[in-house]
Amino acid sequence: MSQPVRSLGRASAPAGARPGRPPQPPADEATALRRRAQSRRARREALFGYAMVASALLVVVVFTVVPIVASFVLALFKWDGISSPQFVGLDNFDALVGDKAVTHSLLVTSGLAVLIVFLQVALGLGLALMVAQRASKIVQNLFRAAFFLPMLASAASISIVMAYVFNDQFGVINYYLGLLHLPEVSWLSSTGGATATIVLVAVWQQLGFTFILFVAALASLPGDVLEAAQIDGASSARLFWRIKLPLISPTVLFASTVGLINTMQLFDQPYVMTKGGPGDSTYTTVLLVYQTAFQNLQFGYASAISVLLFAVLLVITAVQFTASRKWVFYS
Amino acid sequence: MTAVLGKQSAPPVPRPRRRFTIGRLLSLAVLTVAAVLVVAPLVWALATSLRTPATSFDQPPQWIPTHPIWSNYQAVFDKVPLTKFFLNSTLVTGLIVLGQLITSTMSGYAFAMVRFRGNKALFGIILATMMVPIQTTIIPVFLIIRYLGLTDSRMALVLPVVGGAFGTFLMRQYFLQMPRELGEAARVDGASHFQVFARIYAPMARAPMATLAVLTFSAYWNEFFRPLIFLQSTDKFTLPLGLVTLQGTMGTGSISIVLAGVIIALIPSVLIFLAAQRYFVEGIVAGSFR
Repeated sequence: MSQPVRSLGRASAPAGARPGRPPQPPADEATALRRRAQSRRARREALFGYAMVASALLVVVVFTVVPIVASFVLALFKWDGISSPQFVGLDNFDALVGDKAVTHSLLVTSGLAVLIVFLQVALGLGLALMVAQRASKIVQNLFRAAFFLPMLASAASISIVMAYVFNDQFGVINYYLGLLHLPEVSWLSSTGGATATIVLVAVWQQLGFTFILFVAALASLPGDVLEAAQIDGASSARLFWRIKLPLISPTVLFASTVGLINTMQLFDQPYVMTKGGPGDSTYTTVLLVYQTAFQNLQFGYASAISVLLFAVLLVITAVQFTASRKWVFYS
Repeated sequence: MTAVLGKQSAPPVPRPRRRFTIGRLLSLAVLTVAAVLVVAPLVWALATSLRTPATSFDQPPQWIPTHPIWSNYQAVFDKVPLTKFFLNSTLVTGLIVLGQLITSTMSGYAFAMVRFRGNKALFGIILATMMVPIQTTIIPVFLIIRYLGLTDSRMALVLPVVGGAFGTFLMRQYFLQMPRELGEAARVDGASHFQVFARIYAPMARAPMATLAVLTFSAYWNEFFRPLIFLQSTDKFTLPLGLVTLQGTMGTGSISIVLAGVIIALIPSVLIFLAAQRYFVEGIVAGSFR
């Protein structure tokens, strides 16, 4: 196969056309040998490549790619996980539309997520700004360690601690509110209180993440531009809104995207602190998926909710990136 | 990336001398208050874990225990098989970190340095899964685990995450910056492809491997969702699951013992953070400059 093709190519090229390369008509066999050796080497390299990526690829395919597809398929079935699954077509999705628990959980989740992400980004950026321009290296590291500390604990055990701290009757927070002659708050037993507690605990634990991101982004700002603006007499507020914020806007986008995706999966805190209550005020979508699948044993319906959550996450990411073209500045 | 380059090319501009202004003092005060508020709940947990269980709810809270009751730390081992939880967490997290290091280093190297058909497409598949949260695929993963007969086993926690998108991505980024000439020279001298990887390139990748190890550790040491779903027998519980169970049985009775458990679970993470602060920060920042 390859022999005639090559000779055709040779025939169409005028002999001696390429300068610096003397024509070698008798070396045909040598070239063929060399090429064969080369292709053998390439094949070996390729085999080596496949072997090297095999393990990671296998894990990703079996435990992420296949499950994504399987979620869509499972959502078409009614199945308790024990008896044989029953094909029901799009019935699960039909039921989804009218299911108040699902709509409610999505509203709760997105409300919590927006609050948490907004506070995380605003507080993280504010604290990073203060640290970046003012403090010495040692003080900076001290603050960094302090803000980072909660991230080292598991959200579950943090929630155990916080359930006591925010306890309505004998919690520390209400004790200090009392000392300040402020009204005590029913943190975990009222709708608003429970929402506030979940938000505060999540912001408190994740603050270190956005803080570190913004400290790094601010450290990489071009010093000469800032100096020039300062010499021109720009106020620090102007400096921030007109120069610093546009320059770190990619970091703002990154922090809010990652934050939203993470908080849309909120589970540990409501599971440990409120069990979704009081009422269903902190009943997040993942909590609903967990209970539908693993307590009510409705695997098909739970998969349909997962697919919906997955779609919502995709839409959020897409919208964020589309909208970001308007405000994110890439130098 | 461009921002980093910009910093390097900028000439060193002498900063104006820092002066004590009201603004400076104010921001230092705000920072200090914020830091105190952030650390306070953990200090409270530590202090309360040293109170007698009967007085653990007494107000005002005792921030510095006058008579620390160390026996709470003994008691938590008596109430629950905490040693077992600790060993389970260590085993599970250790195997995950080890697996991630091996598979990510190999695949990251291959995607960056080895020519094979489908290189880009396969990497694309891996990268695309980076945005897929485990919560949305947990039901099929649970069914696969059940099909493999691994329900209620520690391997159920390990196997699905011994290789992943983030690790592969991180290692690939690192190997892309490595010179190819080193390996080519070794190849001419007769080294095999695998020897080039194992003897030359992998040992140079210690820094990103440490980053990956630290981030993987902190993610899985603290994991709660998957253990809750995959495990049933108490003797296989990891620390977060064990502690939440312990808290459930203690109710609102004495909390000092529960908090002692929380503090014990926190210690390894804090030690690793202190030893590898640089890698925590590097890893988080590396993820953001895509």
